[in-house]
Amino acid sequence: MKYLPLILGALLRKKWRTLLALLSLMAAFLLLGLGQAINSLVEGGAEFLGVDRLITQARTSFTQPLPLRLLPRIEAVPGVKRVGYSQFFGGVYQDPRNFFPQFAVDPPRLYETYPEWKLDAEAKRAFAATRNGAIAGRLLAEEYGWKVGDTIPLNSLLWQKRDGSNAWEWKLVGIFDGRDEQWQKRTSIMYLNFAYFDESRVAGAAGLAGVFVVRLRDPNEVGKVAAMIDAQFANSPDETKTQSEQEFQVGFLRQIGDIAFIINAILGAAFFSILILTGFIMNQSVRERVPEFGVLKCLGFTDRSVLGLVLAESLALCLTGAALGIGLAYTVTALLPPKYPARIDARVLVIAAVAALLLAAVVGLPPAWRAMQLKIVDALAGR
Amino acid sequence: MGMLTQTREIVLLNLRSIPSRLGASLVIVIGIAGVVAVLVAMLSMARGLSRTLEDTGAPDRVVVLRGGSTVELSSFMDRASSTLVRQDPAVARLPSSLPAASGEIVVVTEVMRPGQSTGANVSLRGVEPAGLLLRPDLHLIEGRMFRPGLREIVVGSAARGQFANLDPGSRLRFRGTDWQVVGVFQSGDAHDSELWADLETVQGVFRRNGVSSVLLRLANADSFDALKERLTRDPQLNVDVQREGEYFRSQSSGLTTQIGIVTSLVGIVMALGALFGAINTMYSAVSARTAEIGTLRALGFGRVAVVASVLAEALLLAFAGGLLGCGIAWLLFNGYSVSTLGGGFSQIAFDFAVTSDLLRQGLFWALGIGFIGGLAPALHAANIPVTEALRAR
Repeated sequence: MKYLPLILGALLRKKWRTLLALLSLMAAFLLLGLGQAINSLVEGGAEFLGVDRLITQARTSFTQPLPLRLLPRIEAVPGVKRVGYSQFFGGVYQDPRNFFPQFAVDPPRLYETYPEWKLDAEAKRAFAATRNGAIAGRLLAEEYGWKVGDTIPLNSLLWQKRDGSNAWEWKLVGIFDGRDEQWQKRTSIMYLNFAYFDESRVAGAAGLAGVFVVRLRDPNEVGKVAAMIDAQFANSPDETKTQSEQEFQVGFLRQIGDIAFIINAILGAAFFSILILTGFIMNQSVRERVPEFGVLKCLGFTDRSVLGLVLAESLALCLTGAALGIGLAYTVTALLPPKYPARIDARVLVIAAVAALLLAAVVGLPPAWRAMQLKIVDALAGR
Repeated sequence: MGMLTQTREIVLLNLRSIPSRLGASLVIVIGIAGVVAVLVAMLSMARGLSRTLEDTGAPDRVVVLRGGSTVELSSFMDRASSTLVRQDPAVARLPSSLPAASGEIVVVTEVMRPGQSTGANVSLRGVEPAGLLLRPDLHLIEGRMFRPGLREIVVGSAARGQFANLDPGSRLRFRGTDWQVVGVFQSGDAHDSELWADLETVQGVFRRNGVSSVLLRLANADSFDALKERLTRDPQLNVDVQREGEYFRSQSSGLTTQIGIVTSLVGIVMALGALFGAINTMYSAVSARTAEIGTLRALGFGRVAVVASVLAEALLLAFAGGLLGCGIAWLLFNGYSVSTLGGGFSQIAFDFAVTSDLLRQGLFWALGIGFIGGLAPALHAANIPVTEALRAR
């Protein structure tokens, strides 16, 4: 700590230089923060999902709806506690840009397969009892200013009504919250009453349930129960693929492509450039101060403490830059609307800290080594 | 000496001395190369995607979907509509005197990415025999065409490159039935990401009566408006009629806009980072040359000449960095294949396209960074009092 003024003095010697270096570092860490926040979303975004839930989809792909008649056979599989089903509705609200997920579900089954959603008892009854009832998540309702009792017109891109129109009207009977902060962040979805959906859509599509959501008695039986469900329907036209909800979610996000690779390539290039620039600045700064290091050594500073001083200087620069950049990334992600849930989490902070330490070592070591090796006579002569 | 001669001499003098400041110069070159490489690579991704989608479609081909459907996946037309649509007089006739029309069904199937346990959605397109005659660009590059009535599949070349188990001879399973891959086709457009099979065989296995879309060829490309008018007014039909190119362009617009926004944001942040670095490096280049600049000024060289010399150095180094960055982007990414989720929940595979206008754009960014980065240090150099500059070590 007693060397702090010395380190500060060195960094403030040329204020412009330090400021510009900090700004470059900030840009690099801003990119790192944003990139890793997206990576977190893709790779680890499903970790909080229930470990006791399976999703049974058609083996061909999840866009092929499974028929409702599979329901009793899935319910009969040992270890299954409750089965719900959910059909992606694919509606847009007012304008094609207002797109958010809606699922047609059976209300009582939803309550039991997704206990994470909090909805008061009266709204629960209303959702089950209202033919064209719908419930919306808190974030979604706030985004569009919906209130209970509103009629929400949705234009489905996928489902046509019997009269040939794609315009569906739903009555909002409840607004649900999440059990905790994680789930609250996901409340930008909407559930629709399946019974009305099924009787109103074109006759050919009636009786298609979409995917089944299976809640287990024992989370340790995930693999066993999934295999048993799939075995029920093997070699039939309705072959199924059952996986944990986490796998389903990760698989869906991975469809977007090898995002992690592209992000890492960009970050790699950005970091390499910044490494070169900062390294040069550190080198330059040490070269200018050669006589000063000579003086320090005359005063009794050991070679090792001179090495430490330069490294500490590099560390201070890199950590400050990293803190500024990550702070900015944090502000940016916090300002994003809730439907883009990329956030700076603990994982991103750890990655940023490790990157800052490595960067400090790589750019600091060569000049520090040079400063350590200086002979007092040469240093004082400025050689 | 006139100002122009002065400027020329001092610029040349300065540029000749760059090798003696190689370290500092390389820093600018490499820093800017990094920015330009990333920028050009990201732009080439957006370009590759839009090129693949926009190249799909001939002016005389028309896609008919159910009214209100934006993608084939959500469009269902019954057999009666499919038959009625192709009776329109504007539709060309094949040598067999049948209408040049193909009813097609698109269903999404899951295939594996190599080395991953999660699946990727790929479109399986069932086509009528006329579907192949309607698309002369499409040709087999391996194996043979599927035979009607058999569960045989030909795969697009891009799909084969991106996903596992699509080589000729391999078997796929859909809804409890076995399908054999018998060939690979290439058409140079979005269809390369699809699997193709016989329409009626697909209908049978997926239990569907109708089709998703009908592709028509016009006898005369100008008769599109009349055809559209007749089909959309026909009370027996509820259809949307689009030129094939229009349909595929509408599939790409959302995705290319998103990639464009991300690219600009990343590009701007990276460019700022490199800019601060360039300013820093040019300042130290100027401070290393302070005595030299003082001498020149004492000899009678003007401020403008000094400013020009510093700016010329910054621009030259930035240009070199830009060239290097473009080279890296071209070598690493030109033709690099990726796939992502396109319209209709299925994968679209495309190649990065590093085109000459993107390279020009990259160089333009490099010069911009060089200019802005060099300006402040150049003005600073010109404004150091001569007496002070001469005393610098």
